[in-house]
Amino acid sequence: MTSPTPRIRRGISPRTLVITAVAWLLAALFVIPYLEMIVTALRPADELRDATYLPSHFEWSNLVKVWTDSTLGTNLRVTLLVAAGSTLLVLLVALPAAYYTARKPFRGRKAFLLLVLVTQMFQPTSLLVGLYREFYQFDMLNSVWTLIICNAAFNLAFAIWILTAYISSIPAELEEAASIDGLGRIGTLRRITVPLAMPGIVTALIFTFISAWNEFVMGLRLTTVPDSQPLTVGINNFIGNYTVQWNYLFAGSVVAILPVIVLFAVIERHVVSGLTAGSIK
Amino acid sequence: MSSKTGAHRARGARPGAPPKRSVASRFGPWPWIGPAVLLILAVVLWPVVEMVRTSFLRISTSGFVRGWAGLDKYTKLFDQPDFLAVLGWTVVWTITVVTLTIVISLALAQLFNQQFPGRRLTRWALIAPWAASVLMTSIGFKWMLDRTAGVLNTAMVDLHLIDGPQDWLGDPATAKPWMVVIAVFVSLPFTTYTLLAGLQTVPGEVYEAAKVDGTSTWQTYRLITLPLLRPALMVGLVINLINVFNSFPVIWGTTQGGPDSATATTTVFAFQLMNTDIGESAAMSVVNFGLVVVMVLAFLKVSRWNEENR
Repeated sequence: MTSPTPRIRRGISPRTLVITAVAWLLAALFVIPYLEMIVTALRPADELRDATYLPSHFEWSNLVKVWTDSTLGTNLRVTLLVAAGSTLLVLLVALPAAYYTARKPFRGRKAFLLLVLVTQMFQPTSLLVGLYREFYQFDMLNSVWTLIICNAAFNLAFAIWILTAYISSIPAELEEAASIDGLGRIGTLRRITVPLAMPGIVTALIFTFISAWNEFVMGLRLTTVPDSQPLTVGINNFIGNYTVQWNYLFAGSVVAILPVIVLFAVIERHVVSGLTAGSIK
Repeated sequence: MSSKTGAHRARGARPGAPPKRSVASRFGPWPWIGPAVLLILAVVLWPVVEMVRTSFLRISTSGFVRGWAGLDKYTKLFDQPDFLAVLGWTVVWTITVVTLTIVISLALAQLFNQQFPGRRLTRWALIAPWAASVLMTSIGFKWMLDRTAGVLNTAMVDLHLIDGPQDWLGDPATAKPWMVVIAVFVSLPFTTYTLLAGLQTVPGEVYEAAKVDGTSTWQTYRLITLPLLRPALMVGLVINLINVFNSFPVIWGTTQGGPDSATATTTVFAFQLMNTDIGESAAMSVVNFGLVVVMVLAFLKVSRWNEENR
């Protein structure tokens, strides 16, 4: 067989070499704090205050004991409920709003979008006193429902923006064709619109989930008993203690952080395109 | 075929039938956007009203309203010895963190936009501080800066950068720079990704044309890339300004604003005041909120955001 002219394999250019080295170094810098958390989570209690990079051995039982020896087990359950609940609520509320906004030129559409944009600018931190007073008056402090509603509300804007952008990009003719072909309104939504908007939906949902999962300040102010405190607040409570059990603190943190990093990596591409669709145009 | 789809077909196929007004369409947009509006009103706008109201009220520590306070809470706030220092630090904090974040992110975006082995993997590493809870990241740094066992102290001693372990977060003079580092660290991923998305919208031909014209790399960047990056840059800038200004977990996770209020920004100061006098805390929050609104309005105007988003 006549071999075609062999493809010239150029060696890596010095420029690429430098870029690669710098990029890998930076990548390492970005994960080092989290690696240190993992190392600390696995430190035996008697080596906690040693100025060593690595302990003599890893105490894997820390990862199990932390859930039974502290309130963090309860806190994790609260966080799961709040994150799942607010994600579901955002989906139920944002999807119809985004669909209608993307498809219908209704009166007040501009006002509605402005309202959404403005809420995106307001953060729970800056409204905390008001939130506290409001839910105090409703006697709804220390309630998982309160945290669900609050987390949903503050993530609504992002979800509506992204979903509106995705749905707008689906040609309306596609839906019309489907409805001429005999799919009803619901059928068209279910078989055409939702599947095509799926990347946007998934992005909005995971974003909401992560943001509710990580939420701290509302949990800190609107709850006072461990039974209704999310994981972030539970971990923060460790700091106030006389002797901080850093190994347990980080065992809890690692369990809280690793899943969301993986989740985030899954939607990484959509996040970038979502950002582009939602805000840059 | 189920009878349900059949019914729909019959309806859809009838030619020239007047558009049927369903029950839903009689209520206009409300069935669709109503829940969203309700949620925003109840959880975002009502607290604004409640916050302003609280700032004019006298409320006991147990939460009972004792009457109107007029402007008392505001005068009490402005007379706080720490007030001006907190306000000043908030401005310095916001400007420093946002500027550093934007500048470093521009460089990072440029770097990670190149082709090199392991690009995808290294980009993933960049995600970690974005995905992780900011509070936990901050506590992680607090631990790494710990006086006796902190790995950063150990490393700096081993590298002979410092003579002995320092209590970095105990002294406001050293705590503040470290808090800036942490705040920049957690702001970089989002900003870099926004700019990376912006870079992807720059068509490659533009660069080729510039190359043909013999423009230098720096000139190309300044004259072509940066202007095209402007929308992305604006988004990054606005969102970072608001985030950093309101940044709570970084400060709470490291120093809780202390000693006293030496490292507190306005949001943290408002939180500290909440335990002593909620009215005064509300007054602080109203001032804080006013600043946010000014920033939002200024940037809506400067970036002509409305126009860009239709």
